[in-house]
Amino acid sequence: MSQLLLDVNGLTMRFGGLVAVNGVNLKVKNRQIVSVIGPNGAGKTTVFNCLSGFYIPTEGSVMLKNEQIAGLKDFHISRKGLVRTFQHVRLFQKMTVIENMLVAQHRHLNTNLISGLFKTPNYRRLERDAMNHAMHWLEEVDLLEFANREAGNLSYGQQRRLEIARCMVTQPELLMLDEPAAGLNPNETKELDELIIKLRDEHEISVLLIEHDMSLVMGISDHIYVIAQGTPLADGSPEEIKNNPDVIKAYLGEE
Amino acid sequence: MTTSKFYNAIFAAGITLILACLMIGVKLDTSGTQLAIKGASAAQWTWIGGGIALVFLSQLFSGQIDSLFKSIPKPNITTMLPEEKKMATLKPWLIAGLIVIMVIWPFMVSRGSVDLATLTLIYIMLGLGLNIVVGLAGLLDLGFVAFYAVGAYTYALLSEYFGLSFWVCLPISAGAAALFGFVLGFPVLRLRGDYLAIVTLGFGEIIRILLNNWTNVTGGPSGISGIAKPTLFGLEFTRKAKGGEDAMTFHEYFNLDYSSSYKVIFLYLIAVLLVIFVIYLINRLMRMPIGRAWEALREDEIACRSLGLNKTAIKLSAFTIGASTAGFAGAFFSARQGFISPESFIFIESAIILAIVVLGGMGSQVGIILAAIIMTILPELAREFSEYRMLLFGLLMVLMMRWRPEGLIPMKRPQLELKQ
Ligand SMILES: Nc1ncnc2c1ncn2[C@@H]1O[C@H](COP(=O)(O)OP(=O)(O)OP(=O)(O)O)[C@@H](O)[C@H]1O
Ligand SMILES: [Mg+2]
Repeated sequence: MSQLLLDVNGLTMRFGGLVAVNGVNLKVKNRQIVSVIGPNGAGKTTVFNCLSGFYIPTEGSVMLKNEQIAGLKDFHISRKGLVRTFQHVRLFQKMTVIENMLVAQHRHLNTNLISGLFKTPNYRRLERDAMNHAMHWLEEVDLLEFANREAGNLSYGQQRRLEIARCMVTQPELLMLDEPAAGLNPNETKELDELIIKLRDEHEISVLLIEHDMSLVMGISDHIYVIAQGTPLADGSPEEIKNNPDVIKAYLGEE
Repeated sequence: MTTSKFYNAIFAAGITLILACLMIGVKLDTSGTQLAIKGASAAQWTWIGGGIALVFLSQLFSGQIDSLFKSIPKPNITTMLPEEKKMATLKPWLIAGLIVIMVIWPFMVSRGSVDLATLTLIYIMLGLGLNIVVGLAGLLDLGFVAFYAVGAYTYALLSEYFGLSFWVCLPISAGAAALFGFVLGFPVLRLRGDYLAIVTLGFGEIIRILLNNWTNVTGGPSGISGIAKPTLFGLEFTRKAKGGEDAMTFHEYFNLDYSSSYKVIFLYLIAVLLVIFVIYLINRLMRMPIGRAWEALREDEIACRSLGLNKTAIKLSAFTIGASTAGFAGAFFSARQGFISPESFIFIESAIILAIVVLGGMGSQVGIILAAIIMTILPELAREFSEYRMLLFGLLMVLMMRWRPEGLIPMKRPQLELKQ
């Protein structure tokens, strides 16, 4: 038995004639922070879309805990413990912070209609548990005081944190973050850095990260994959990547 | 004032002129066996001229008018109400008081008013039902009246062919409408926005045309008449009992003189009961996971999917539950009227219900109740303008969108109590 959480082999995604992702391999072990980096338009978000079921990959296999998930519906995949955030924040803007957190627990809460209409003890218990769980995570990301505020009224950094907390209440095993530091100030970036490490060390989940902020990536990653123009370019530890001439070339955009 | 504004105003006035000439300026009239074209009267032309001038000026000075609208104070409901905590203790009393007033009120006013109130209550039910689909789940449904028709015909047919009573048919009608919602929902809910609107619009028409043409079952255009009225534990509200040997009427049982207003008041009270039931039910649903999921889907479908929510199931539940509410209202409608025909279920009805939801403030129940009252009472007050009802209707909508684009009473987010 391998202890691989996620094992991606030969992932390819074509849009008509355009090959956005070409034979990408990724391996994520339990309790690991793995980063995917690459220049703009390299196909990083497309990889995420393939893994999370938003696109059906043209080729390749995606094994989550030794189970093939390529081609499954998006919501089935997220129920298996693979949850993602988006490059552009996607919150339920007009709903309150706590409601955002409760919606994310929908499937844990989803008892039948009748028990909800009559507020059976079982329903109340589930609802209370969900509430406590939501508040626990709001506290972790320092948003508890805004629980009853509309999500759309939060500051950008707070919205980013809420998005992560909202993923975490679904109790994932692999959290995929698409450029979580984009638009954050240095202070907020540092907090994010600490949060991601905490997710790995205390909550024992794995994180797959797309990020352009190199100091963040180099500081927290256990392993880094580099993609350029859809094709895998290199992978290794932060040290190896930093000194890899191909990577430097790709980033400086040499011919 | 810029020239572009001037041209814009000229353009708008021109459009108004063309539309007015076509719709009001000329009329087809029968003279003998032939059709003749008749021009509008001088008075009508003056009105048209006035209208065009109004459009021209309002376009020309739209900036100033906008700032005028902005300066009209918007009554802020939240500041008018007592604070949160007090409100929580006051609320049950307020609701109880309101219910008592609603029950006593019909005994003090004319039959006509009670009848109108009953109609209003039907629209409240319909508005609340459509609110689930449009206001909460964000699915634009232009054929809502179809489910209303299904409910109405279910009761009418079951009562005519199988003699089933109103109370038995009420849940059956809601179920039948829900079934239609479910079956239609399956293929249709893959579509989004405008496409969904068009398909539901088509569905509304299909149902109406079906009812019109399936003559040997539905009676076609002549409809179904003599639909049984609801009874009070078997007591009828007719002058003479119809329902066989041991049937009794209400006034005989209670030793009263016969009066037709008993029936009207009884129907009104049933409507009150049904509306309270629907409000309670939907209120519960909105606070349940399913209600939150509806709203989440409206806010961001992609985020929902990424969190493991099955969007098809959620949309379908909104569609089905909304439809069942319409079916409920439909059954009551046919029982109240005693006569239904496809004429009652035309597109305009869907438009009116949608207007109630938009006017009320998408998602807000109190707003919808208020809007339903306005939308049914205003046409009655402006009886003499009945020909121009739609025009007034449009004007009202335009003004509302300018003054309060978020609706009369925008939805307030529930504040959840956080206990540590
Ligand atoms: N649905 C789609 N249809 C067609 N082409 C697409 C689609 N999605 C992505 N692409 C193309 O795939 C390529 C990779 O895009 P992608 O968004 O994955 O890049 P990225 O690495 O996330 O870039 P960035 O760092 O700017 O976010 C781009 O050329 C893009 O135009
Ligand atoms: Mg991207």
